[in-house]
Amino acid sequence: MKKILLIALSVIVPALSFAQLQLNGAGATFPYVIYSKWFDVYKQKTGIQFNYQSIGSGGGIKQVIEGTVDFGATDGPMKDEQLAEAKAKQNTDVLHIPTVMGAVVVTYNVPELGADLKLTPDVIAGVFLGEITTWNDQRIASLNPGKDCPSKPIIVVHRSDGSGTTFIFVDYLSKVSEQWKSKVGAGTSVNWPIGLGGKGNEGVAGQVKQADGAIGYVELAYAVKNNLPYAQIKNRTGQFVKPSLESVTAAAISEAKAMSADLRVSITNAGGKNSYPISGFTWLLVYKDQKDSQKGKALVDFLHWAVTEGEQYASDLLYAPLPKEVVKKCEEKIRLISYGGKPIK
Amino acid sequence: MTHNESIILPHDRSLRATKREINIGDSVFKNMTKFFALLILLLIVLMTYEMVTRSSLSIEKFGWNFLLRSIWDPVREEYGALPFIYGTLVSSLLALVIALPLSIGIAVFLSELAPLWLERPMSFLVELLAGIPSIVYGLWGFFVMVPWLRSTVEPFLIKYFGSIPLFSGPPYGIGMLAAGLILSIMILPIIASISRDVLRAVPRVQREAALALGSTRWEATRVAISYSRSGIIGATILGLGRALGETMAVTMVIGNRPTISASLLEPGYTMASVLANEFTEATSQMYLSALIEIALVLFVITIIVNSFARIMVWSVTRKTE
Repeated sequence: MKKILLIALSVIVPALSFAQLQLNGAGATFPYVIYSKWFDVYKQKTGIQFNYQSIGSGGGIKQVIEGTVDFGATDGPMKDEQLAEAKAKQNTDVLHIPTVMGAVVVTYNVPELGADLKLTPDVIAGVFLGEITTWNDQRIASLNPGKDCPSKPIIVVHRSDGSGTTFIFVDYLSKVSEQWKSKVGAGTSVNWPIGLGGKGNEGVAGQVKQADGAIGYVELAYAVKNNLPYAQIKNRTGQFVKPSLESVTAAAISEAKAMSADLRVSITNAGGKNSYPISGFTWLLVYKDQKDSQKGKALVDFLHWAVTEGEQYASDLLYAPLPKEVVKKCEEKIRLISYGGKPIK
Repeated sequence: MTHNESIILPHDRSLRATKREINIGDSVFKNMTKFFALLILLLIVLMTYEMVTRSSLSIEKFGWNFLLRSIWDPVREEYGALPFIYGTLVSSLLALVIALPLSIGIAVFLSELAPLWLERPMSFLVELLAGIPSIVYGLWGFFVMVPWLRSTVEPFLIKYFGSIPLFSGPPYGIGMLAAGLILSIMILPIIASISRDVLRAVPRVQREAALALGSTRWEATRVAISYSRSGIIGATILGLGRALGETMAVTMVIGNRPTISASLLEPGYTMASVLANEFTEATSQMYLSALIEIALVLFVITIIVNSFARIMVWSVTRKTE
């Protein structure tokens, strides 16, 4: 009797574990918090397990190209050469599915200035290019007449590691400053003209918090959680906008109509009265032609769930949820995912 | 002689026969240890081969200029390793300059001057310092040492020595000085504990002879130190080796800025730090290849420094013989 039971168990248990599907992904650190929440909730709902390693956007892109993961995640969209390389190595296109949005805020540590410093694109570019070197520079003082600007030197802090946060920030600077575009350019890692390098959002936030007179850029969530003051930035329409989930969503709404077909759009320097200019999407990278029908189906179902029901968890975790217009485009994209030539329903 | 051999020969054969049976274990042991030693050599050869092939793109494009250029631009794909080489060498040298006199002082105190009830716990504490993980040093350095440097030490240096280019610039706190200081704390226990052991191993006869000739305590200690010169140099090499490769502690306090500047108060960048910071996000082949070339350069510099130190030890011990 025991023998039969043992044999039965040894057949059923592995079978059960086979039935529990597991998908592996890797990529950006920025959306790690909400992806963890989504994977957790989804597992309780369906039993399908998603594993995610937050190794960074560049790492995610690399693994998608090499085919070692089922999906990737990135804050900076893949370049054309990278897409071509992925296509050559994996025999399939890679789709970009936007999931949530975030903002990059300019944070500073100057007690005399208090909160809500007003800055314009030229001033930010000037500071990070090393042209504006003291806090009482005329260009800063004229924007903030009610504030007492001290004569302290500006200590610039940027990221020392490659990052999607950096990408969003320098992408914005390249759009608003010709000088920045020609001198530095955009990428996940750039040749900063000036400043100290901190590792990770934590490193930059830590250095800004410690050094009197420091200025740096971090994700909105980090600034809020660390009680750091951050600047209001003048957007394309001339309004000074405070970074918040609403102003980020506004930026996405105004850029949604002009989004390119492959959804690899940058929403920095967005039009629209209430748009926060340094906003960005974060994407999930999925193969268009799936190699495994079970995994493909699981992925498609999860993506549909994430961009519709998953968005309700975003605001509590300080991510801006996708606006309806973008969700519609996402769903169209998700319907393109196929297995064996036929789209997965 | 031949007479003896002809007598021994028949016995010899039977002896030889028994010796062969006993020797199988010996030969297995010999070959196994030979294999392990060769394995290490093979590992080094394989590592070098891997690094050279994977950095071939960058070597082809930049050639020797890579070691002389100061630019690091991932957007325009222009790379040069000079600031990193400078940063690694300067921070390690600074660490050595600070740590060496302190370590020898500690070693002398522990081996000669400390009473037994104090020597044991102090030795234990010094060795404990060596076991603290690098990232813990980094965090302590960032949250405790750097603010102290920024508020107290650096303004002091700027006020009194600011005219020397070595101490000019704003007091960031973070920078080459912070990196050198934290490295010196990290290599101090290595040099101190090995030097202490080496000093202890000096035969009493040497010390007693010096004292008998009328030397003071300090002069007798000097005799002991010069006797154990090669051991102390060996300890220094080990410490320097750790300082050259140290990553996490340095990257948190050095400022991560690829520049070469005369001032110790300015930020810098080391080879190990840039690898730790940028490796995972290096997406393009050329970027990755440049980073691996930096790893290769670090590897070669470590070998050169170690070989140079070995030659020094050899020349020092040669003189005493």
